[in-house]
Amino acid sequence: MSDTPTTRTGSTLVKRGLADMLRGGVIMDVVNPEQAKVAEDAGAVAVMALERVPADIRRDGGVARMSDPQMIQEIQAAVTIPVMAKARIGHFAEAQVLEALGVDYIDESEVLTPADEENHIDKWAFTVPFVCGATNLGEALRRIGEGACLIRSKGEAGTGNVVEAVRHLRSITAMIRRCQSADANELYAIAKDLQAPLPLVLEVAESGHLPVPLFCAGGISTPADASLVRQLGAEAVFVGSGIFKSEDPVRMAHAVVEASTHFDDPSTIAKVSTGLGSAMRGWETSSLEQRLAERGW
Amino acid sequence: MGSVGVLALQGDVREHLATLAALGVGAERVRTPAELDAVAALVLPGGESTAIAHLLRTSGLADALGERLAAGLPVLGTCAGLILLAREVLDGRADQWGYGALAVAVRRNGYGRQIASFEAPLTLSDGTSVPGVFIRAPRIEACGPGVEVLATYDHDGEADPVLVRQGPVWGASFHPELTADTTVHRLFVESL
Repeated sequence: MSDTPTTRTGSTLVKRGLADMLRGGVIMDVVNPEQAKVAEDAGAVAVMALERVPADIRRDGGVARMSDPQMIQEIQAAVTIPVMAKARIGHFAEAQVLEALGVDYIDESEVLTPADEENHIDKWAFTVPFVCGATNLGEALRRIGEGACLIRSKGEAGTGNVVEAVRHLRSITAMIRRCQSADANELYAIAKDLQAPLPLVLEVAESGHLPVPLFCAGGISTPADASLVRQLGAEAVFVGSGIFKSEDPVRMAHAVVEASTHFDDPSTIAKVSTGLGSAMRGWETSSLEQRLAERGW
Repeated sequence: MGSVGVLALQGDVREHLATLAALGVGAERVRTPAELDAVAALVLPGGESTAIAHLLRTSGLADALGERLAAGLPVLGTCAGLILLAREVLDGRADQWGYGALAVAVRRNGYGRQIASFEAPLTLSDGTSVPGVFIRAPRIEACGPGVEVLATYDHDGEADPVLVRQGPVWGASFHPELTADTTVHRLFVESL
Protein backbone atom coordinates (compact mmCIF):
# COMPACT_ATOMS: atom_id res chain seq x y z
CA MET A 1 0.00 0.00 0.00
CA SER A 2 1.34 3.45 -0.87
CA ASP A 3 0.78 6.55 1.20
CA THR A 4 -2.00 8.94 0.22
CA PRO A 5 -2.75 12.34 1.74
CA THR A 6 -4.79 10.58 4.41
CA THR A 7 -3.23 7.11 4.71
CA ARG A 8 0.20 6.87 6.33
CA THR A 9 2.44 3.78 6.63
CA GLY A 10 5.58 3.45 8.74
CA SER A 11 4.51 6.01 11.36
CA THR A 12 5.99 5.78 14.83
CA LEU A 13 2.57 4.77 16.14
CA VAL A 14 2.17 1.77 13.83
CA LYS A 15 5.81 0.73 14.32
CA ARG A 16 5.67 0.88 18.11
CA GLY A 17 2.11 -0.45 17.95
CA LEU A 18 3.19 -3.87 16.68
CA ALA A 19 5.48 -4.18 19.70
CA ASP A 20 2.49 -3.32 21.91
CA MET A 21 0.59 -6.22 20.33
CA LEU A 22 3.37 -8.64 21.30
CA ARG A 23 3.29 -7.73 25.00
CA GLY A 24 2.85 -10.58 27.43
CA GLY A 25 4.00 -13.08 24.82
CA VAL A 26 7.02 -15.10 23.81
CA ILE A 27 9.10 -14.61 20.64
CA MET A 28 11.01 -17.75 19.69
CA ASP A 29 14.17 -18.24 17.60
CA VAL A 30 13.55 -20.75 14.79
CA VAL A 31 15.84 -22.03 12.05
CA ASN A 32 13.33 -23.75 9.75
CA PRO A 33 9.58 -23.88 8.97
CA GLU A 34 9.06 -26.96 11.16
CA GLN A 35 10.36 -25.16 14.23
CA ALA A 36 8.28 -22.12 13.28
CA LYS A 37 5.15 -24.30 13.29
CA VAL A 38 6.09 -25.70 16.70
CA ALA A 39 6.44 -22.14 17.99
CA GLU A 40 3.10 -21.01 16.55
CA ASP A 41 1.33 -24.12 17.84
CA ALA A 42 2.69 -23.41 21.31
CA GLY A 43 1.24 -19.89 21.29
CA ALA A 44 4.33 -17.84 20.40
CA VAL A 45 3.42 -14.27 19.39
CA ALA A 46 6.22 -14.09 16.79
CA VAL A 47 9.21 -16.00 15.53
CA MET A 48 12.77 -14.85 14.89
CA ALA A 49 14.02 -16.48 11.69
CA LEU A 50 17.76 -17.17 11.74
CA GLU A 51 20.17 -19.75 10.34
CA ARG A 52 21.73 -20.79 13.62
CA VAL A 53 20.50 -20.22 17.16
CA PRO A 54 22.95 -18.25 19.30
CA ALA A 55 24.25 -21.38 21.07
CA ASP A 56 25.38 -22.76 17.71
CA ILE A 57 26.82 -19.42 16.58
CA ARG A 58 28.83 -19.42 19.80
CA ARG A 59 29.99 -23.00 19.20
CA ASP A 60 30.77 -22.66 15.49
CA GLY A 61 32.49 -19.29 15.52
CA GLY A 62 33.12 -17.50 12.23
CA VAL A 63 31.23 -14.47 10.94
CA ALA A 64 27.49 -14.58 11.63
CA ARG A 65 25.40 -12.74 9.03
CA MET A 66 21.81 -12.09 7.96
CA SER A 67 19.97 -15.33 7.08
CA ASP A 68 19.39 -16.62 3.56
CA PRO A 69 16.26 -14.89 2.17
CA GLN A 70 14.91 -18.25 1.00
CA MET A 71 14.88 -19.56 4.55
CA ILE A 72 13.13 -16.41 5.79
CA GLN A 73 10.50 -16.69 3.03
CA GLU A 74 9.86 -20.35 3.84
CA ILE A 75 9.21 -19.42 7.44
CA GLN A 76 6.97 -16.51 6.38
CA ALA A 77 4.95 -18.98 4.33
CA ALA A 78 4.71 -21.48 7.18
CA VAL A 79 3.15 -19.31 9.90
CA THR A 80 0.53 -16.58 10.30
CA ILE A 81 2.27 -14.80 13.21
CA PRO A 82 4.81 -12.00 12.70
CA VAL A 83 8.26 -13.03 11.44
CA MET A 84 11.32 -11.14 12.63
CA ALA A 85 14.86 -11.44 11.28
CA LYS A 86 18.29 -10.21 12.33
CA ALA A 87 20.62 -7.75 10.64
CA ARG A 88 24.20 -7.05 11.73
CA ILE A 89 24.78 -3.91 13.80
CA GLY A 90 25.29 -1.04 11.37
CA HIS A 91 24.58 -3.16 8.28
CA PHE A 92 21.82 -1.05 6.76
CA ALA A 93 22.05 -2.94 3.46
CA GLU A 94 21.08 -6.19 5.19
CA ALA A 95 18.21 -4.27 6.80
CA GLN A 96 17.11 -3.00 3.37
CA VAL A 97 17.03 -6.59 2.12
CA LEU A 98 14.97 -7.72 5.12
CA GLU A 99 12.53 -4.83 4.56
CA ALA A 100 12.22 -5.83 0.90
CA LEU A 101 11.36 -9.36 2.05
CA GLY A 102 8.53 -7.92 4.13
CA VAL A 103 9.74 -9.14 7.53
CA ASP A 104 7.61 -7.68 10.30
CA TYR A 105 10.43 -6.58 12.64
CA ILE A 106 14.21 -6.28 12.19
CA ASP A 107 16.48 -7.11 15.10
CA GLU A 108 19.71 -5.11 14.80
CA SER A 109 21.48 -7.74 16.81
CA GLU A 110 24.72 -8.23 18.68
CA VAL A 111 24.27 -11.98 18.13
CA LEU A 112 25.51 -11.42 14.58
CA THR A 113 29.02 -10.10 13.89
CA PRO A 114 28.88 -6.27 13.85
CA ALA A 115 29.39 -4.61 10.45
CA ASP A 116 30.13 -1.13 11.78
CA GLU A 117 32.01 -0.45 14.98
CA GLU A 118 30.95 3.18 15.26
CA ASN A 119 27.44 3.54 13.88
CA HIS A 120 24.19 1.74 14.35
CA ILE A 121 21.58 1.79 11.59
CA ASP A 122 19.49 4.96 11.10
CA LYS A 123 16.24 3.20 11.84
CA TRP A 124 14.04 6.23 11.17
CA ALA A 125 14.82 5.74 7.46
CA PHE A 126 12.84 2.47 7.37
CA THR A 127 9.14 1.62 7.16
CA VAL A 128 9.71 -1.67 8.97
CA PRO A 129 10.21 -1.31 12.75
CA PHE A 130 13.42 -2.28 14.57
CA VAL A 131 14.16 -3.94 17.90
CA CYS A 132 17.59 -3.40 19.47
CA GLY A 133 19.36 -4.82 22.50
CA ALA A 134 20.54 -2.77 25.47
CA THR A 135 22.51 -3.45 28.62
CA ASN A 136 21.59 -0.19 30.39
CA LEU A 137 19.29 2.80 30.11
CA GLY A 138 21.76 4.98 28.20
CA GLU A 139 22.19 2.34 25.52
CA ALA A 140 18.41 1.82 25.31
CA LEU A 141 17.77 5.56 24.85
CA ARG A 142 20.52 5.89 22.24
CA ARG A 143 18.87 3.10 20.24
CA ILE A 144 15.45 4.75 20.63
CA GLY A 145 17.03 8.03 19.50
CA GLU A 146 18.13 6.20 16.34
CA GLY A 147 14.55 5.02 15.79
CA ALA A 148 14.28 1.66 17.57
CA CYS A 149 10.63 0.91 18.37
CA LEU A 150 11.26 -1.91 20.84
CA ILE A 151 14.09 -2.54 23.30
CA ARG A 152 15.16 -5.93 24.59
CA SER A 153 17.61 -6.29 27.40
CA LYS A 154 20.57 -8.12 25.84
CA GLY A 155 21.45 -10.77 28.35
CA GLU A 156 24.15 -13.12 27.07
CA ALA A 157 22.66 -14.97 24.09
CA GLY A 158 23.23 -18.67 23.62
CA THR A 159 24.36 -19.35 27.18
CA GLY A 160 21.17 -20.67 28.77
CA ASN A 161 22.23 -18.55 31.73
CA VAL A 162 19.79 -15.87 32.82
CA VAL A 163 22.25 -13.94 34.98
CA GLU A 164 23.17 -11.32 32.37
CA ALA A 165 19.54 -10.77 31.38
CA VAL A 166 18.77 -10.06 35.02
CA ARG A 167 21.76 -7.71 35.31
CA HIS A 168 20.70 -5.71 32.23
CA LEU A 169 17.02 -5.59 33.10
CA ARG A 170 17.74 -4.48 36.66
CA SER A 171 20.20 -1.89 35.38
CA ILE A 172 17.56 -0.39 33.05
CA THR A 173 14.70 -0.39 35.56
CA ALA A 174 16.83 0.87 38.46
CA MET A 175 18.07 3.80 36.37
CA ILE A 176 14.50 4.60 35.32
CA ARG A 177 13.58 4.83 39.01
CA ARG A 178 16.61 7.05 39.58
CA CYS A 179 15.41 9.39 36.80
CA GLN A 180 11.96 9.51 38.33
CA SER A 181 13.30 10.63 41.70
CA ALA A 182 15.81 13.12 40.30
CA ASP A 183 15.04 16.82 40.37
CA ALA A 184 15.11 18.93 37.21
CA ASN A 185 18.71 20.09 37.82
CA GLU A 186 19.99 16.53 38.12
CA LEU A 187 18.39 15.28 34.90
CA TYR A 188 20.85 17.23 32.72
CA ALA A 189 23.79 15.54 34.43
CA ILE A 190 22.04 12.17 34.23
CA ALA A 191 21.55 12.62 30.48
CA LYS A 192 25.24 13.50 30.16
CA ASP A 193 26.33 10.48 32.23
CA LEU A 194 24.02 8.16 30.31
CA GLN A 195 25.17 9.69 26.99
CA ALA A 196 21.48 9.70 26.10
CA PRO A 197 19.32 12.31 24.34
CA LEU A 198 18.00 14.74 26.97
CA PRO A 199 14.38 14.77 25.67
CA LEU A 200 14.22 10.99 26.07
CA VAL A 201 15.66 11.18 29.61
CA LEU A 202 13.01 13.77 30.49
CA GLU A 203 10.31 11.55 28.99
CA VAL A 204 11.46 8.57 31.06
CA ALA A 205 11.62 10.69 34.22
CA GLU A 206 8.04 11.83 33.61
CA SER A 207 6.46 8.52 32.58
CA GLY A 208 8.47 5.99 34.59
CA HIS A 209 9.01 3.70 31.62
CA LEU A 210 10.79 3.63 28.26
CA PRO A 211 9.04 5.41 25.36
CA VAL A 212 8.81 1.96 23.70
CA PRO A 213 8.05 -1.51 25.13
CA LEU A 214 10.84 -3.24 27.10
CA PHE A 215 11.25 -6.97 26.47
CA CYS A 216 13.93 -9.35 27.71
CA ALA A 217 16.33 -11.65 25.83
CA GLY A 218 19.49 -13.64 26.31
CA GLY A 219 19.75 -16.79 28.40
CA ILE A 220 16.10 -17.47 29.23
CA SER A 221 15.74 -21.25 29.24
CA THR A 222 13.06 -22.32 31.74
CA PRO A 223 9.49 -21.28 32.64
CA ALA A 224 10.81 -19.92 35.94
CA ASP A 225 13.34 -17.79 34.02
CA ALA A 226 10.46 -16.31 32.02
CA SER A 227 8.52 -15.64 35.21
CA LEU A 228 11.59 -14.02 36.80
CA VAL A 229 12.25 -11.53 34.02
CA ARG A 230 8.55 -10.72 33.62
CA GLN A 231 8.37 -9.96 37.37
CA LEU A 232 11.47 -7.78 36.98
CA GLY A 233 9.61 -5.62 34.46
CA ALA A 234 10.06 -7.24 31.06
CA GLU A 235 6.79 -6.97 29.11
CA ALA A 236 7.53 -10.00 26.92
CA VAL A 237 10.27 -12.57 26.44
CA PHE A 238 12.59 -13.55 23.59
CA VAL A 239 13.72 -17.16 23.86
CA GLY A 240 16.57 -18.13 21.57
CA SER A 241 18.40 -21.37 22.11
CA GLY A 242 16.34 -22.20 25.20
CA ILE A 243 13.49 -23.89 23.32
CA PHE A 244 15.09 -25.97 20.59
CA LYS A 245 18.23 -26.86 22.59
CA SER A 246 16.12 -28.34 25.39
CA GLU A 247 15.30 -32.03 25.76
CA ASP A 248 11.62 -31.66 24.75
CA PRO A 249 11.21 -28.47 22.63
CA VAL A 250 7.44 -28.86 22.13
CA ARG A 251 6.73 -29.06 25.85
CA MET A 252 9.28 -26.38 26.66
CA ALA A 253 7.70 -24.02 24.12
CA HIS A 254 4.23 -24.51 25.61
CA ALA A 255 5.56 -24.16 29.15
CA VAL A 256 7.43 -20.91 28.54
CA VAL A 257 4.33 -19.38 26.87
CA GLU A 258 2.17 -20.29 29.88
CA ALA A 259 4.84 -18.95 32.20
CA SER A 260 5.01 -15.59 30.43
CA THR A 261 1.23 -15.11 30.60
CA HIS A 262 0.80 -16.34 34.18
CA PHE A 263 4.19 -15.05 35.35
CA ASP A 264 2.90 -13.93 38.72
CA ASP A 265 1.12 -17.19 39.57
CA PRO A 266 3.70 -19.59 41.08
CA SER A 267 1.28 -22.53 41.01
CA THR A 268 1.06 -22.25 37.20
CA ILE A 269 4.85 -22.03 36.92
CA ALA A 270 5.12 -25.14 39.11
CA LYS A 271 2.58 -27.01 37.02
CA VAL A 272 4.20 -26.27 33.66
CA SER A 273 7.70 -26.94 35.03
CA THR A 274 6.80 -30.41 36.26
CA GLY A 275 8.36 -33.27 34.29
CA LEU A 276 9.58 -30.91 31.62
CA GLY A 277 12.85 -32.72 30.90
CA SER A 278 16.17 -30.93 31.02
CA ALA A 279 16.65 -27.38 29.86
CA MET A 280 19.56 -26.57 27.55
CA ARG A 281 22.88 -27.40 29.21
CA GLY A 282 24.17 -23.85 29.25
CA TRP A 283 27.39 -22.01 30.00
CA GLU A 284 28.66 -20.40 33.15
CA THR A 285 29.34 -16.79 32.16
CA SER A 286 32.92 -16.62 33.47
CA SER A 287 33.89 -19.50 31.13
CA LEU A 288 32.88 -17.60 27.97
CA GLU A 289 35.51 -16.68 25.41
CA GLN A 290 33.28 -14.06 23.79
CA ARG A 291 30.73 -11.75 25.38
CA LEU A 292 28.13 -10.89 22.72
CA ALA A 293 26.54 -8.22 24.94
CA GLU A 294 29.69 -6.11 24.61
CA ARG A 295 28.92 -5.63 20.93
CA GLY A 296 27.07 -2.38 20.27
CA TRP A 297 27.48 0.69 22.47
CA MET B 1 -23.71 -1.21 34.86
CA GLY B 2 -21.46 -3.95 36.27
CA SER B 3 -17.73 -3.95 35.94
CA VAL B 4 -15.88 -4.12 32.64
CA GLY B 5 -13.06 -6.61 32.12
CA VAL B 6 -10.15 -6.66 29.68
CA LEU B 7 -8.96 -10.11 28.64
CA ALA B 8 -5.33 -10.01 29.82
CA LEU B 9 -3.71 -13.12 28.39
CA GLN B 10 -1.58 -11.26 25.86
CA GLY B 11 -1.61 -8.05 23.85
CA ASP B 12 -2.21 -4.34 24.41
CA VAL B 13 -4.20 -4.74 27.60
CA ARG B 14 -2.73 -1.67 29.27
CA GLU B 15 -3.97 0.67 26.52
CA HIS B 16 -7.54 -0.59 26.85
CA LEU B 17 -7.43 -0.16 30.63
CA ALA B 18 -6.07 3.37 30.16
CA THR B 19 -8.76 4.30 27.61
CA LEU B 20 -11.51 3.00 29.87
CA ALA B 21 -9.95 4.82 32.83
CA ALA B 22 -9.97 8.05 30.77
CA LEU B 23 -13.75 7.57 30.48
CA GLY B 24 -14.01 7.09 34.23
CA VAL B 25 -14.64 3.36 33.88
CA GLY B 26 -12.61 1.18 36.23
CA ALA B 27 -11.79 -2.04 34.45
CA GLU B 28 -10.35 -5.34 35.67
CA ARG B 29 -7.85 -7.69 34.06
CA VAL B 30 -9.33 -11.10 33.24
CA ARG B 31 -7.03 -14.12 33.11
CA THR B 32 -9.06 -16.81 34.93
CA PRO B 33 -12.64 -18.16 34.79
CA ALA B 34 -13.30 -16.68 38.24
CA GLU B 35 -12.25 -13.24 37.02
CA LEU B 36 -14.49 -13.65 33.97
CA ASP B 37 -17.45 -14.50 36.20
CA ALA B 38 -17.02 -11.18 37.97
CA VAL B 39 -17.40 -8.91 34.94
CA ALA B 40 -20.53 -7.67 33.14
CA ALA B 41 -18.78 -6.75 29.89
CA LEU B 42 -15.48 -7.68 28.30
CA VAL B 43 -12.90 -6.17 25.96
CA LEU B 44 -10.84 -8.54 23.80
CA PRO B 45 -7.64 -6.59 23.12
CA GLY B 46 -5.27 -6.42 20.20
CA GLY B 47 -2.50 -8.99 20.15
CA GLU B 48 -1.80 -12.17 18.22
CA SER B 49 -5.07 -14.01 17.67
CA THR B 50 -3.41 -17.45 17.50
CA ALA B 51 -1.60 -16.86 20.79
CA ILE B 52 -4.71 -15.51 22.55
CA ALA B 53 -6.83 -18.40 21.23
CA HIS B 54 -4.24 -20.87 22.51
CA LEU B 55 -4.07 -19.20 25.92
CA LEU B 56 -7.88 -19.09 26.19
CA ARG B 57 -7.89 -22.88 26.00
CA THR B 58 -4.99 -23.48 28.36
CA SER B 59 -6.42 -21.01 30.89
CA GLY B 60 -9.79 -22.76 30.99
CA LEU B 61 -11.42 -19.60 29.67
CA ALA B 62 -12.36 -20.78 26.19
CA ASP B 63 -15.58 -22.59 27.13
CA ALA B 64 -16.45 -20.17 29.92
CA LEU B 65 -16.26 -17.24 27.52
CA GLY B 66 -18.30 -19.15 24.94
CA GLU B 67 -21.06 -19.67 27.48
CA ARG B 68 -21.02 -16.00 28.50
CA LEU B 69 -21.20 -14.92 24.85
CA ALA B 70 -24.14 -17.25 24.26
CA ALA B 71 -25.83 -15.66 27.27
CA GLY B 72 -25.44 -12.18 25.75
CA LEU B 73 -22.25 -10.86 27.35
CA PRO B 74 -21.44 -7.44 25.82
CA VAL B 75 -18.03 -7.64 24.16
CA LEU B 76 -15.76 -5.27 22.25
CA GLY B 77 -13.02 -6.95 20.24
CA THR B 78 -10.25 -4.95 18.55
CA CYS B 79 -8.07 -6.46 15.82
CA ALA B 80 -7.15 -9.88 17.25
CA GLY B 81 -10.31 -9.61 19.38
CA LEU B 82 -12.40 -9.12 16.22
CA ILE B 83 -10.81 -12.24 14.68
CA LEU B 84 -11.77 -14.28 17.76
CA LEU B 85 -15.39 -13.07 17.48
CA ALA B 86 -15.80 -13.46 13.70
CA ARG B 87 -17.93 -16.19 12.16
CA GLU B 88 -15.51 -16.79 9.30
CA VAL B 89 -11.72 -16.28 9.20
CA LEU B 90 -9.89 -16.28 5.86
CA ASP B 91 -6.12 -16.84 5.55
CA GLY B 92 -5.98 -18.13 9.11
CA ARG B 93 -4.34 -21.25 10.43
CA ALA B 94 -5.89 -24.51 9.26
CA ASP B 95 -7.17 -25.05 12.81
CA GLN B 96 -8.13 -21.41 13.43
CA TRP B 97 -11.15 -21.29 15.71
CA GLY B 98 -13.31 -18.52 17.01
CA TYR B 99 -16.63 -17.85 18.69
CA GLY B 100 -18.65 -16.95 15.61
CA ALA B 101 -20.48 -14.35 17.69
CA LEU B 102 -20.29 -11.74 14.95
CA ALA B 103 -21.65 -12.59 11.49
CA VAL B 104 -18.69 -11.22 9.55
CA ALA B 105 -15.98 -12.74 7.37
CA VAL B 106 -12.53 -11.34 8.11
CA ARG B 107 -9.27 -11.90 6.28
CA ARG B 108 -6.24 -12.06 8.56
CA ASN B 109 -3.56 -9.51 7.63
CA GLY B 110 -6.05 -8.41 4.98
CA TYR B 111 -4.21 -5.15 4.37
CA GLY B 112 -0.77 -6.80 4.26
CA ARG B 113 2.21 -7.41 6.53
CA GLN B 114 3.67 -4.91 8.99
CA ILE B 115 5.25 -2.68 6.32
CA ALA B 116 1.68 -2.03 5.08
CA SER B 117 0.36 -1.20 8.57
CA PHE B 118 -1.12 2.29 8.46
CA GLU B 119 -2.90 5.21 10.05
CA ALA B 120 -5.95 6.75 8.37
CA PRO B 121 -9.01 8.77 9.37
CA LEU B 122 -12.25 6.78 9.66
CA THR B 123 -15.80 7.91 9.12
CA LEU B 124 -18.46 7.14 11.72
CA SER B 125 -22.06 6.63 10.59
CA ASP B 126 -22.97 10.13 11.86
CA GLY B 127 -20.33 11.59 9.51
CA THR B 128 -17.76 12.45 12.18
CA SER B 129 -14.15 11.30 11.91
CA VAL B 130 -12.03 9.26 14.30
CA PRO B 131 -8.35 8.27 13.95
CA GLY B 132 -7.70 4.72 12.81
CA VAL B 133 -4.55 2.68 13.52
CA PHE B 134 -4.30 -0.58 11.57
CA ILE B 135 -1.52 -3.02 12.50
CA ARG B 136 -1.34 -6.23 10.45
CA ALA B 137 -5.06 -5.69 10.58
CA PRO B 138 -7.84 -8.08 9.63
CA ARG B 139 -10.05 -6.83 6.80
CA ILE B 140 -13.81 -7.25 7.14
CA GLU B 141 -14.81 -8.66 3.75
CA ALA B 142 -18.46 -9.53 4.32
CA CYS B 143 -21.16 -8.70 6.83
CA GLY B 144 -24.17 -10.95 7.42
CA PRO B 145 -27.72 -9.87 8.28
CA GLY B 146 -28.05 -8.14 11.61
CA VAL B 147 -24.59 -6.62 11.45
CA GLU B 148 -24.58 -2.86 11.72
CA VAL B 149 -21.63 -0.96 10.21
CA LEU B 150 -20.66 1.88 12.55
CA ALA B 151 -17.51 3.13 10.83
CA THR B 152 -15.80 2.78 7.46
CA TYR B 153 -12.39 3.39 5.94
CA ASP B 154 -12.09 4.72 2.39
CA HIS B 155 -9.88 2.05 0.82
CA ASP B 156 -9.15 2.85 -2.82
CA GLY B 157 -12.69 4.16 -3.28
CA GLU B 158 -14.32 1.30 -1.38
CA ALA B 159 -15.87 1.93 2.01
CA ASP B 160 -14.43 -0.92 4.08
CA PRO B 161 -16.39 -1.65 7.25
CA VAL B 162 -13.98 -1.24 10.18
CA LEU B 163 -16.29 -0.98 13.19
CA VAL B 164 -19.30 -3.31 13.33
CA ARG B 165 -21.91 -4.30 15.86
CA GLN B 166 -24.35 -7.16 16.16
CA GLY B 167 -26.43 -6.70 19.30
CA PRO B 168 -24.06 -6.73 22.28
CA VAL B 169 -21.04 -7.83 20.23
CA TRP B 170 -18.77 -5.13 18.81
CA GLY B 171 -15.73 -5.59 16.60
CA ALA B 172 -13.11 -3.17 15.27
CA SER B 173 -10.41 -4.07 12.76
CA PHE B 174 -8.34 -1.13 14.03
CA HIS B 175 -6.97 -0.11 17.44
CA PRO B 176 -9.03 2.69 19.05
CA GLU B 177 -7.02 1.99 22.24
CA LEU B 178 -3.77 3.20 20.65
CA THR B 179 -4.93 6.79 20.19
CA ALA B 180 -6.13 9.42 22.66
CA ASP B 181 -9.58 9.37 21.02
CA THR B 182 -12.07 7.60 23.30
CA THR B 183 -15.09 7.60 20.97
CA VAL B 184 -15.30 3.87 20.28
CA HIS B 185 -14.94 2.85 23.92
CA ARG B 186 -17.44 5.53 24.93
CA LEU B 187 -20.03 4.25 22.45
CA PHE B 188 -19.48 0.69 23.73
CA VAL B 189 -19.73 1.70 27.39
CA GLU B 190 -22.83 3.81 26.71
CA SER B 191 -24.51 0.77 25.18
CA LEU B 192 -24.18 -1.23 28.39
